[in-house]
Amino acid sequence: MDLLKVSTSPHVRGNRTTRTLMLDVIIALIPVFVWAIYIFGVRVITLTSLSVVSCILFEYLFQKLNHREITIGDFSAVLSGVLLAFNLPVSAPLWLCVIGAFFAIVVVKQLFGGLGKNFVNPVLAARVFLFISFPHQMTTYVAPLTYPQPWKISVDITSSATLLSQLKSGVLPENISFADLFLGRIGGCIGEISSLLLLIGGLYLIARRVISPLIPLSYLGTVALITFFLPKIESAVAWEFMLVELLTGGLFLAAFFMATDYVTSPSNPKGRVVYGVGCGVLTVFIRYYGGYPEGVSFAVLIMNLFVWYLDRYAKPVRFGGESRGKK
Amino acid sequence: MNRYKSILCNGLITHNPTFVQLLGMCPTLAVTTSAINGLAMGLSTMVVLMFSNLFISLLRKFIPEQIRIAAYVVVIAGFVSAIDLLLQAFLPELSGTLGLYIPLIVVNCIIFARAESFASKNPPIDSMMDGIGMGFGFTLALTLIGLCREFLGNGSIFGINLFGQSFSMLIFIMPAGAFLTLGFLLAAVRKISFEKKQESKDEGGAR
Repeated sequence: MDLLKVSTSPHVRGNRTTRTLMLDVIIALIPVFVWAIYIFGVRVITLTSLSVVSCILFEYLFQKLNHREITIGDFSAVLSGVLLAFNLPVSAPLWLCVIGAFFAIVVVKQLFGGLGKNFVNPVLAARVFLFISFPHQMTTYVAPLTYPQPWKISVDITSSATLLSQLKSGVLPENISFADLFLGRIGGCIGEISSLLLLIGGLYLIARRVISPLIPLSYLGTVALITFFLPKIESAVAWEFMLVELLTGGLFLAAFFMATDYVTSPSNPKGRVVYGVGCGVLTVFIRYYGGYPEGVSFAVLIMNLFVWYLDRYAKPVRFGGESRGKK
Repeated sequence: MNRYKSILCNGLITHNPTFVQLLGMCPTLAVTTSAINGLAMGLSTMVVLMFSNLFISLLRKFIPEQIRIAAYVVVIAGFVSAIDLLLQAFLPELSGTLGLYIPLIVVNCIIFARAESFASKNPPIDSMMDGIGMGFGFTLALTLIGLCREFLGNGSIFGINLFGQSFSMLIFIMPAGAFLTLGFLLAAVRKISFEKKQESKDEGGAR
């Protein structure tokens, strides 16, 4: 009988793979998806599936043409596709999806070396790219429960101003239903409307230990603090203004699902808090003073660029290694 | 004759100022919103480069070592002023769009680099050929970048609209698009030249 088994490290292995992590995130997004279908109609399915298919296809084609290992089996392209669609308004034309998928997968992800080597979040980069390139198509939001056609988009869709653009012009509308805001009976991008379901998805990911709670907590906390103590519209009741800022726009989607992307967020606790606070501060100030009503995607992208520094700055001391003060 | 040809080719391809030496990035990124702008900027630079190289080479024995940079600036600024005034007189519209970037040719680092590393050491005719080659390479690169940006950002080529109804990715006319386009073109050029090198290496090995 062998009492001793000789092997090289690592001796303890988890059964987690990229695929299970990605699947967990996709599972967490299912309620949001179902809710979006209820609010915006079947077109949500069309856009999401088109976006997923084009992401997978671009990844496959790029890797095939460059004779690289084909990694569409790790589901990261599927997740990118889902998140990309969730960042589009439902009235977005179908070709917009394809251009976005190309930019996210080919330009931001694969040209820099594939999963793990992209220096910014591909989905957010694609969103910003589309946002700057096609400002009209990217900011036409339909009112909730008015179902656009699944294939064609009629010219006379009833667009509705989002709360954020109203806030931008310095008006806090009266009688806002906070229940509607929280549940997601509002206009906006496909996946960003229901804060409640995004919260549930986020909690699921935290419970499954897929993401650390530090980034969403510090991100949302910072936004809450700044908007509470320094509301832009001074006549507004501070907590009402804070809630509107928190519950509208892509804040919850970004805080739980995009700022926490492994590749583009710091890997140690201290760095994560600084990163979250940075995202929060930038989001609020871009919303207050920037040219666009929404600042979430810009804020997270900018903080993505600091991840390398944050990882170095907040490097944990190795067990048994030299203490920080000595040097 | 062969010597001139190699000097020309050197500027045009093997040491292309934009794609290989990465010189003169400021006008490269700033004025290439359309093919016409790129072409005009490139040609103006080429004319200045040609004459400045010629005259610096003629004067190379008289310019004292210690104040050579100042002397180059005087020569270059003279030609730039001439080009600037000519453009204002005959192509006022273009002069308006290129604006400050024409006077800024004075401090364009391609011109300085060529004056310092070529014209000050070589005979006049060689230097002029070098100016033409480098200038032409620069023009080619700027026009190419302008073409890509105009096509993607405005749906047109040399001001001719291709799609009727405008199709445009606005980002390509904005500064961010300049960096994106330049990056892609650089990557493509490097890939091609890398493959060329591999090929010639392989051939050398076979022999």
